Amino acid sequence: MLGVIVRRLLLAAPLMVIISLIVFVLGSLAPGSVAESMLGSSATPEAVRELNRQLGADQPVLVQYWSWLQRAVAGDLSSSIVSGRPVTELLAARLPVTLSLAVGALLLVIVIGVCSGMVAAVRGGFAGRVVEVLAVLVRGLPTFWLAMIAGVIFGVNLMWVPVSGYVPFGDSPSDWALSLALPVGVLAFGEAALVAIVTRAEMLAAMRSDYVRSLRANGYPWKRIVFKHIAKNAAGPVLTMISLVFVGLLGGTILMEQIFAMPGLGSQMVTSTANHDLPVIQGLAVFYTAMVVVVFLLTDVAHGLLNPKVMAR
Amino acid sequence: MSAVIEGASADAELRAAAERDAGFLRRLARQPLTVGSAAVLFLVVLAVVFAPLLSPSGPMEQDLLNIYALPSADHLLGTDQLGRDILSRMLHGGRVTLLGVVQATTVCTLIGMTLGLLAGTLQGGVEVLVMRVCDVLLAVPGLVLLLVVLAIFGQNETAAMITLGIIMSPTLIRVVYSATVAVREEPYVAGARVAGLNSRQIIMRHILPAVAGPALTQISLVAALACLVEAAIGFLGLGVVPPNPSWGNMVTDAQQAIVLAPWMLVPSGGIIAVVALSLTLIGNGIRDAYAGRASGSVSAYSWRALTPVVEREDRRPAPAEVKGVELETDRPAPVLSVKRLSLDLPRGRSHVRIVDGVSFDVGPGEALGIVGESGCGKSMTISGVLRVVPMGARVVAESIGFRGVELTTLGESEMNAVRGTGIAFISQEPISSLNPAFTVGHQLQEAVRLHRGTGRAESKAVAHDLMSRVRLPEAEVVGRKYPHELSGGMAQRIAIARALAGEPDLLVADEPTTALDVSVQAEILDLLRDLREQSGMALILVTHDWGVVAEACDRAMVMYAGEVVETAPVRDLVSNPHHPYTQALLRSSSVGAEPRQLLPVISGSVPAPGSWPTGCRFAARCGLVQDRCLTAPVPLVPTTGGVSARCVLVPSTLEAVR
Repeated sequence: MLGVIVRRLLLAAPLMVIISLIVFVLGSLAPGSVAESMLGSSATPEAVRELNRQLGADQPVLVQYWSWLQRAVAGDLSSSIVSGRPVTELLAARLPVTLSLAVGALLLVIVIGVCSGMVAAVRGGFAGRVVEVLAVLVRGLPTFWLAMIAGVIFGVNLMWVPVSGYVPFGDSPSDWALSLALPVGVLAFGEAALVAIVTRAEMLAAMRSDYVRSLRANGYPWKRIVFKHIAKNAAGPVLTMISLVFVGLLGGTILMEQIFAMPGLGSQMVTSTANHDLPVIQGLAVFYTAMVVVVFLLTDVAHGLLNPKVMAR
Repeated sequence: MSAVIEGASADAELRAAAERDAGFLRRLARQPLTVGSAAVLFLVVLAVVFAPLLSPSGPMEQDLLNIYALPSADHLLGTDQLGRDILSRMLHGGRVTLLGVVQATTVCTLIGMTLGLLAGTLQGGVEVLVMRVCDVLLAVPGLVLLLVVLAIFGQNETAAMITLGIIMSPTLIRVVYSATVAVREEPYVAGARVAGLNSRQIIMRHILPAVAGPALTQISLVAALACLVEAAIGFLGLGVVPPNPSWGNMVTDAQQAIVLAPWMLVPSGGIIAVVALSLTLIGNGIRDAYAGRASGSVSAYSWRALTPVVEREDRRPAPAEVKGVELETDRPAPVLSVKRLSLDLPRGRSHVRIVDGVSFDVGPGEALGIVGESGCGKSMTISGVLRVVPMGARVVAESIGFRGVELTTLGESEMNAVRGTGIAFISQEPISSLNPAFTVGHQLQEAVRLHRGTGRAESKAVAHDLMSRVRLPEAEVVGRKYPHELSGGMAQRIAIARALAGEPDLLVADEPTTALDVSVQAEILDLLRDLREQSGMALILVTHDWGVVAEACDRAMVMYAGEVVETAPVRDLVSNPHHPYTQALLRSSSVGAEPRQLLPVISGSVPAPGSWPTGCRFAARCGLVQDRCLTAPVPLVPTTGGVSARCVLVPSTLEAVR
């Protein structure tokens, strides 16, 4: 087990390096320089050159990347060109919002997706139909549009939840939960159907398998076959789907933060994109990837626990 | 063992593949939802392309006296916050969105098809490299990378859409790759390589057609996603700069006016939903048409569908065969007595008969062999008895008596109580018949606990005892292993031990030795015989191997095309077969064959269920066929000594002909 974790960690490090390098190299292709953005259009060429030299922006890309990487490993993701605040500080301030959204939605996705997938696999018929239709709708309906419709219905008309804003957990746990209800609900609604589809498909595949036929033919009660024998085998692919869904959820939080005016990483990302604030964008992109890598790592560990063949390798 | 008689099956597969290609477009055209979606999409694209001609007014034309108007004759979809006509803006805005969709989809298709095919056909280093790159790309949250690109390239829509195409490509690469790998292993592709076709020809002729279905499905979904993402970028204000319209920034406008004019939400988001939904539905349609099934029929599959419909057929005015079969039962009351058992499997919207009116008895301690070629309904017969059937099956029987209990009247839970403790089961593939996710010791102890209601410690002791009964040494060590860590023979012993856990009166073994090495086969057959002698348990053994029948069975029943063609004590059957099919089967096996002689094969193949002839079902392959064989069904006629055969030549004339 430990071996699986160590091996995965060893694979994760180069992944992070590659992603940050891509982002960095893309950044270096941008027209204009950091100094130009910082000093504005009225700056003299000499001043720009001087500042670029000070910032190390006149160095080759790989040299710049190397110094960025060294500082990043030490926990310094440099500072925003616009506000001058360290990127890590921005991250720390905004992370709770994004994390509340993503983790909340992920939990909801797991509960709703796995449960409805199981119901569809066991009962079929109407339940199976509902899951199928939802999966089509999810691929076809823009979530940001759904979020607004949900806002109109539950926020404006029914007034069950606030239309926008975020209340930190520390201020009031109940208001925190209420402020998350809409965005988390909309995010989860979309992705849960995908998990449900995979859950159902995996369980149906297991139901046709040889070992299930043998269990049935030897008189095992159906609940034991479905909830123990089939569940453990179907869990692996479902976990993989859930980890992929998390990547989608992270993208979704950007939209939800924008729609519901929540001060998270995503709204920072959008603002910085509009401002061409490259250091912030680089830092955020690397951080988003790190979150994905952590979730993939946890998935692999869970795979190892579930599947004896993975352990054996 | 039996020189296999399964000719022509490869031929049939090729024909099926050809029919699948021909049927693909026809099936696609028959899906109303897919055709409808395609029509809607076509109209939208047409309207957007001819936007300048069709728009009632310019997309920027303001009418400040008429803002937030609801739909009217002047403004079919109303007006926005500056009194601009929403329909005109939608048509013009669509040009940006749809162009973006085309760009992203094209990039994704080019990358996905090229790399997927390369990785799939070249293998080796390329395969590993491409798959690794896919893994890396999958770990990047797409929208984040898009924002990075937009920040760097100054909100350049084309750059963003090309990036989107790259980000979406790993899924397509994987789809194409796995479809390619799947055909790469097919014998006909290997054959083409041997025949001297080069890689390009093989890709064009064999691989592309096979990859097309899954790839087209994925490409439609990619296009749908591209549409949603393009709109999202516009919505975030990072795409087309207002006042120029795009579908995304029209939703932003609607958001600003969400309280004043909620109507604006409907057309702005609605058009995105219509396009993305159409693309998704087209993708699903292609998937279903390619898989050769009616759209959406998957919802009929479920655990519930595994429980068959059981119909009890009333006793018919007794045909000769039934009377005859009963006449010869001057033996002790049978453990299992099956009368006129039929089994139907779903095909399309109807059912097709797989097993047709099979009757047989198994006496206490008796071993019955069920013999026949693949596809004759042997396994399905025992599935019908156990009611462990594929999804959507139907079991029809006059009577299935087990130890005096009528099984056809039992509900599913009562039937389940019979399984395991009354009738136990072992299957053909020993390793895959055990759950791969649990140790074999755990699975064995679970069976003991279930069937005997024992506690943990006692179950373990019983399990160890069972393992020694099936001659597995070192129960502790073996018990800690997973099925994939065992040899086929060991796994089959575990499966037998599990079946014995309920101390059954009847063990049903579905080709228990077919997947094993010859030496292991003999050991397992020995074991089964000894266990039978120790416990007095009866045995039904399904096999196509006469050696196994001769070795392990008292009586044998030969099946052909879903019905019994001959039943007799094994000794009589081997020495004096009556039915021409039994004779042919025996001739094609090594039992009683002359040494150093080529074994003859039976030409032709078993008629498929659903296309059985009216007369004798073996007639097309029979050397002794006569006119009267073809006109009417042939009854199963009893002859002397517990032998029955279904042939017009039995009993009198057959001897003369031979």
